[in-house]
Parts: sequence; structure tokens; C-alpha cells
Amino acid sequence: MLKPFIRLFSSLKLTVTCLLLGCILVFWGTLAQVHLGLYKAQNEFFRSVFVYWQPAGSGSHIPIFPGGYLIGTVLLINLLTAHVRYYQPGKRKIGIVLIHLGVVLLLTGQMLTDFLSRESNLHLRIGETRNYSEADRAFELAVLDTTGKDSDKVVAIPCSLLVRRGEVSDPGMPFTVRVKTFYANSSLAQQPQPGYDPVKTIAGPGSGIWWRDVPRETEMNRMDMPSAMVEITTPKNSIGTFLVSGWLDRPQQFIYDGHTYELLLRQERFYLPFSLHLIDFRHDKYPGTDIPKNFSSRVRLQNVGNHEDREVLIYMNNPLRYAGETFYQASFDADDHGSVLQVVHNPTWLTPYFSCVLVATGLLIQFLSHLIPFLKRRLAAPGSADVSSADGAVRGSAAGRRDPSSVTALRRVDAGAPGREKK
Amino acid sequence: MKKWIPLILVIVMAGWVLSALHQKPETGFHAREFGKLPVLMNGRFQPFDSVARNSLLQIRTKQSVVQEENGKTQTLTAMEWLLETMMKPESANDLKIFRIDNNEVLALLKLPDNQKYYSLNQIRPQVDELEKQADRIEKIESANRTVFESQLMKLYETLNLYQRLEISLKPPASDDFAAELEAFQKSIGPGMAAVQAREAGQKFDLEAFNTLLGFMGGYDTVARFALPLVIPPVDINVPRNAWQNIGTNLMQTARTGEMNPATKFYAEMVTACRAGQPDDFNRVVGEYRVWLAGRFAPQVQKADQEFLFSTMEPFYKASVIYVLALVLALLSWFNLSDWLRRSAFYLIGLAWVIHTTGLVFRMYLEGRPPVTNLYSSAIFIGWAAVILGMVLEKIYRDGIGCVVASFTGFVTLIIAHNLALSGDTMEMMRAVLDTNFWLATHVVTVTLGYASTFVAGFLAIIYILRGVFTTTLSEPTAKSLARMVYGIVCFATLFSFVGTVLGGIWADQSWGRFWGWDPKENGALLIVLWNATILHARWGGLVRERGLMNLAVFGNIVTSFSWFGVNMLGIGLHSYGFTDAAFKWLILFIGSQVVIILLGLLPQKLWRSFQPRASAQA
Repeated sequence: MLKPFIRLFSSLKLTVTCLLLGCILVFWGTLAQVHLGLYKAQNEFFRSVFVYWQPAGSGSHIPIFPGGYLIGTVLLINLLTAHVRYYQPGKRKIGIVLIHLGVVLLLTGQMLTDFLSRESNLHLRIGETRNYSEADRAFELAVLDTTGKDSDKVVAIPCSLLVRRGEVSDPGMPFTVRVKTFYANSSLAQQPQPGYDPVKTIAGPGSGIWWRDVPRETEMNRMDMPSAMVEITTPKNSIGTFLVSGWLDRPQQFIYDGHTYELLLRQERFYLPFSLHLIDFRHDKYPGTDIPKNFSSRVRLQNVGNHEDREVLIYMNNPLRYAGETFYQASFDADDHGSVLQVVHNPTWLTPYFSCVLVATGLLIQFLSHLIPFLKRRLAAPGSADVSSADGAVRGSAAGRRDPSSVTALRRVDAGAPGREKK
Repeated sequence: MKKWIPLILVIVMAGWVLSALHQKPETGFHAREFGKLPVLMNGRFQPFDSVARNSLLQIRTKQSVVQEENGKTQTLTAMEWLLETMMKPESANDLKIFRIDNNEVLALLKLPDNQKYYSLNQIRPQVDELEKQADRIEKIESANRTVFESQLMKLYETLNLYQRLEISLKPPASDDFAAELEAFQKSIGPGMAAVQAREAGQKFDLEAFNTLLGFMGGYDTVARFALPLVIPPVDINVPRNAWQNIGTNLMQTARTGEMNPATKFYAEMVTACRAGQPDDFNRVVGEYRVWLAGRFAPQVQKADQEFLFSTMEPFYKASVIYVLALVLALLSWFNLSDWLRRSAFYLIGLAWVIHTTGLVFRMYLEGRPPVTNLYSSAIFIGWAAVILGMVLEKIYRDGIGCVVASFTGFVTLIIAHNLALSGDTMEMMRAVLDTNFWLATHVVTVTLGYASTFVAGFLAIIYILRGVFTTTLSEPTAKSLARMVYGIVCFATLFSFVGTVLGGIWADQSWGRFWGWDPKENGALLIVLWNATILHARWGGLVRERGLMNLAVFGNIVTSFSWFGVNMLGIGLHSYGFTDAAFKWLILFIGSQVVIILLGLLPQKLWRSFQPRASAQA
């Protein structure tokens, strides 16, 4: 019952098919970046089960090609079943086993990275201190209770909830947020412009502003700026309808039950259990040119939890790894007085390192175990050739056993010293 | 006799290479001596000679200028040209140095289309029009420009470079620069007093004020536009690399009243050159050199070394010897005499030694691992491919390794030569690339992966071409070629995989992600996947000998896409160095590989080589 499946999944034909499909996918996905942009092409080709075709004008998605996840998973199953099927104890195959183990580790590591890793940005001006980083693209609606003197109480509603346009309530808020309109990417205007609608708000600043829905951004270096109209309602009545937008820096304010509340649509925040303070940022150039030589941020790391307090220098190719987060020098302000650190949380970051060592060792063993005997024979007895038997070996093995790691056959081919053409 | 031919050939060629070390003494103006003087440009110390060569390559695509006067042709070296440009611009403006190939650009500038090179004076009447067009085109992203637009921008940029070089040693209006500097120095005292008095609202000496400002107007232009930083700092508290251009230095002199001796030396050189006094010129060059060597010994030494490197022209000489070896090796297949093959092998050995010398010399000059940009990747790919070819030749002794080595060596050096047309090939590394560790590990391994994939592909081409068109592909030869291709593909898999993963790890170190599906990363991944495909297809018996060859030829397409193609997409963090000409060549190359694969797919009865075998089987 299971045998045909195992045979199919462990076959070398499947391996070659997957590799070929992989080649096509990578090539296609690379070319597609010219029009789709890096970010969208990544999601459509590589971080997907299928590549879909959307006929113009229709809303249907037709899968036309396997995506990165599908090819990767089949390749993984293929590799594992092949090893189970053809497993032979002994030293001879140690190279192949190491190579494939490394590839398995790399593939699983990268798939896990796609699901487990989180990237965000930490923008600091010189002299500024922060204990949170901000998402690259995702926004959240922050409802802040600013009545307290020392700290604000925050309820953050992610955009994924706002998209549904329903009502959101939370034990931390004595009222309900009702999303009336939500634009995932928007544009605001001070004056009436073609295609823009007037914002119909009842409370807070926003009246007199015109807005419209715009297509989502696909470029890596541009992001969506969402806007929404939300109504704050209590069981008794409606407090008001407010415009919140990624474009607005100032929060909307209202008072309810003696508390002052603020509404802000801002980039999603991830709080850190420690804080970073930017002491200095340097942008070095080569003398007499504008070619950047180095970017570096000197920061002070303070962790109240364990009383850690020290200075750190973050520069190109030298990130700070601390408490499961890694801080990279990513960008800087045009006036050279501010620095942007990329903050990456990736629990599987070490897998490529191990994988590289495994595969490199495996390939070296495999390669040298063929090359050295071949060279030895070749140099010891040049001219003593038996070409036809070597040829027969590879043909025989190819037709007979389709062993994915048919090293023995290949070894014989390589070992067969060919005759010298002329003396 | 034939026994000695290989040795004689090697000795003759080695003599030719070494002859560059001994040069005839210069007569007249010692341009070569001047060319050894160090300056700071593109962020690095280099001799004036390198400034001249790199600039002329960008402007004229050659390292010399051919000048026709009264029917006689005279050739100027790059340094002689730059000397004239900086010191006697009025006559340099008549030299035909601007290469314009595009007919629409020629029509716009109202120039005749029967020439290849044009002088500044020919272009000058239409300069306003050129600037107007350039202003518009500048706003268009380079990937979206038409051929006319990009060609016009190229001309505009070289024109800009030329005009900046022209004012690098003297202000535009000055004639006797040395005398002018003396007058300037005298005017500083009264002039500055007048400036201060004027600022304080007191009565001031208008003439002294105007004289000083007159000088400073010219120096300000030089300060803003002059390119090489030629004046070293005299203050020992100033960093050693805080060199200035001559204009900035004179503006500083106006404030401090102190004249930098280097400025004086250069002014005397300009005056001597303009007055047609070679003896004076040569004397001042010598004096300045002595003065500088006492203060900036390492910089003078580095400039001397780079000058020697440029005069040796190791890569040019290696490529000539590779061609000679290629011809001999190809002949050896038909003639079957071993002395041809051995001669080729020894010549390749010689060329490789020169190639290696050049490579190591460059590494020493830059203080970097071998591959730092597209140019050096071509040189390194050729270098590695030659080693592989020589190893194959040593093992199989059938001339195939010689052909592979000499051909790839030659072609990659030609590619490198063309890549050098875009400017300084020892440019400084941008921040993220400024790491010798990753340049030495990731870049070198991934480049070795490119080199070996190309070698496998080229062996396969030999198999197909010899098989289809000649009868020289005997069965043992075919078998040994198959073994070579297989072995080299294994080698290529090792290096391309390790190189690609190391690249990912570098990306993880500098950008925080191992893999970002960036075009350059995808290109490297494609090579790994393709090599893995070849190996698995062969193990699975899905392809035999000819199939292996065709797959290996396709490997050439994959590698060329990864090496050059992805840079032309104009996206991603890695995109550097888009060139139109390169695109044309890439398409031609891919087309040629497709034709070869089609040939490889021809039924075996159409192959000339396998006829006897086929009939024997029948």
C-alpha cells in the first residue's frame, strides 16, 4: 500500500524534477521582481505554495506553478524517504549523508525562519532613548489612556482587526471601537482633488481633509499608509467619529469618564525588556569623495532587569546580539543626526551556519574520496586503461538500480583510468 | 630541434614581458617622471599616471591619444595627454578624444558622422544644447533611459570629467602660474586688511581688495571643481590623508598667508611647461619628488609601485600569450604533434605566472582579497579556470586542458579590459563591502564556483564542436571529456554551494537576514541548483554522455546570467554596474550557447566523429 508512495517519493526523477522546477521558479521570480518589486515577488513566488495567475478583470486565482514552499517540502520529503529507503551503514556514504543532512537543515531552518522571525526598526535621534522597535509595514491603532502622570495605558489593535471593519472591544477599554471605513493604503489632501472624498468626521481634527484609497505598495523601500474612520461608542451613546491615519502625527483626543484618551494609528510596536540610547552616529567617507566608508552607532544599553548598563558600538557587518534580538546598522537620517537600526528576532538564525559546515564537509569528503584514488591510479600507471568497463558500469547502474546515492557506480567510473590518446 | 621549441618560445615571450621593466630614457618633458607623483583621488592614493589612464579610458576607451597633424600621426601616452590637458588646455581642447558612437547624439551636436573621436572644440558650439538635454535626462532613472539618452549622458559625464581635470593644476585664466602665485602672495596682506576694514565699515583700499578677490575668484572655481587632491598637508597635526586640491589650498593660503611648498612646485611646473622649458620642468618635478619623499614616503612608494604595475601591463601581456597558446593547442588537435601541445602548455604556464603576478600585485596595492568588483571577478575567474585547465592537461595530456585554459584565460581578460572602461578598477569599497574577511571567503568561493561551472561548460562545448564538425573526437577522448565535465561539475557544486551559503551568512551579519531572494542571491542559487540538477540527472541515469554535455553548456547560460544578467535588472541591494554594451554581449553569448546545445541535440548520425563507431555497432 505504502510502497508505491515511497518509491515515488524517493525517486531520483522526483529530485531532478524538483530541482528543475526550482531553477525555473527562481529565474522567473527574479525576473518578476522588475515589475512586482522585491517584496511582492518574494511572497508570490517563494513564500507560497503555488504561483497564481490572475486573469485580468476576473477575481479568480488560478494556480499555474508550484511555489517555493511546495517545491521545498517535496524536496525535503524526497530527501528523507530516499535516505530511509537506501540507508546503508558504513563509511562510504558518510559524505552524501552529511550533504543531505545539511540541506535538510538549511531548508527546514529557512522555512521556520519565514514563520518565526520578526523584523522591525528602531529609529533613534542622537540623545534619544527607546525601549521599543517598530514594524516595517504593519500598523496598529493605539488607544492610550494618558490620564496617569508617569505612564500611559495602551491598548493596541492590530490592523488585521481593523480590516474586518467590525467592532473591537477590550477589557482595557471602557468603550467599543467601531471601524466605519478602513483603507489599507491611503492618501490625504488639504484641498479637494479629483478622486478624493471629504472626510466626514464629527469630532476631532479631520474635517476639511480629503482622502482616498490607493493601491498597495509593492516596492521594498515604500510602505502602505493606512487610514481609517472609527467611531467610539459606549453602551449609552456615541462619543464621536474620528479620522486616524498613518499620515497624521498628532493623536485624536477625547475625554470619557474623567479620563483623557488618545487615538493614534501608528506603526506596530514591539516592546523590549531593555532600552537603547543613541550616544553618537558616525557616517565616515573616504577622503575627497562621497563614498561611504562606514556607518556606526554608539549606543548605551540599559537593562533594568539585571542592572546591565554599558556602551555598545554597532556598525556595518557588526551587529549587536542581545536577549534574542539582533540590532543591525540599517539606515540613517539625512542630517547624520539619527540612526535606524534593524531589529531582527530570529530563533533559527544559526541553522545556515551548521548547514554550511555539514554540506561543505560532506562535499569535500565526497569529492576527495573520488579524486584522490583517481589521481593516485592515474599518476601511478598512466596508460593502463580499461575504458569500456567503466562505461559499462555507469550504464548498468543507470538502467538497473536507480539509487539516488549510487556512489559505488560513479566511483568505478572515476577510478577507471582512461587510455592516453596518443603517446 | 622540436624538443627545444617550447623552451625557446617561453624564453622569447618572457623576454618580451620583462622588456617593460627597462624603458628608454625620456627626452623633452619627463611625463613619466611626473606620472609617478602621488595624488589622492577616488578616496585612494595613486600616481598621476593612473588618473591619466583611468580618465582617458573613460573618455576615449583607449589608453593613448592618436593625433594627426599635417598628415603625420603622433601618439600621446595617457600621461602626456593629461599633462597637456592640465597645463595647456587651450591646445588640448583640439585633441580628438571624445568617443561618440551614437548617430542621434552626433546629429544633436551637429557633428559629422564620419569620425569616431571628437575634440572639445568641435563639441563646444552645441554645449548648451547638450546641457539642456542632460538636465532633462538626469531625472530619468538610468534603467529607463533610451539608447540615445544613456549615450548622451555618458558623453556629458566624460565632458564633465575632462573639464574638471582641465582646471586641476591651474585656474582657467592664468598663464604664468608661478608669477601669478607670487603676486597673489603679495596681495594677501593688503588685501585681507582691506577686507577686514570693509567689514568693520571703515575706509579700505579698494585696489588691494579687488586684486585679492580677483585671484580668489579663480581659485574658488578650482576649489569647487578640481578633481585630484594634489596638495599634501604640511601641518603634522593634520591627518596624513587630508590632502587638498590646489584651489582649496590657495583659499586657505588667503586666510593664513602661508603658501604650501607643493603648490609652488606645481605652479613652477605649469609655468615651465607652458613656456616650453623642459629642463626647468624636469628639474622641478625632481625637486618636488625629493621634497615629498621626505614627508610622505609611503605614499610616494605606493605611487611608484602602482606606476610600475601599470607600465608592466601584466594582464594585457598574459592575454597575448594565452592567444598564442590557444592557437598552438588547437593546431595540436589536428597536427597531433606533441611539441605543439607542450609549447602551448608551457606558454600557458608562463602566462599564468604573469597573470598571477598581476593578481597578487593588485591585491598588494589594494590591501584586499583578489575579488572586489566585477572587473577583478573577471580576472579571478580566468585565473582559476586556467589552473583547472592546466590540471586537466597534466592528467589527460590531450590538448583539451590547454585549449580550455588558454581560451578562458584570454576571454576573461578581454572581459576585464572592457569592464575597466567604466573607471578606476581599484575603487574604494562601500561601507557594507569593507570587510576583508567576507571578501576573502564568500566572494572568492562563489567566484571559484563561477569559474568551474564555466570550465565544465567549455569542456562540453569542445565535446560538441569537435564531435559534430570534426572527426577528432575519438571514443577515448569523448570518455575522458565526460569524466572531466563530471569531475568539474562536482567541484563547481562544492564551491558554488559553500560560496552561496557563506554569502547568506554575510547577509545575516550585515542586514539581519540569511536569505532575501535578492537577484544576486538568486543568481548564485541558480548555479547551485543547476549543478545539483546535472549531478542528480546523471546519477539517476536520466542523461548519458551527450545529455551531460548539453546540461553543462546550459550551465554557461546560468552562470553568465548570475554573473552579469542579474546586475542588469537594476533592482536589489546588490545591483551595481549596469552597462548597455555588456547586455548586448550577454545576449550574444546566450544565443551562441543555445546554438551549441541545439548542435549537441543533433542525432548522432549527423555527427562527424561518431561515424565509425556507429557503423561498427551496426
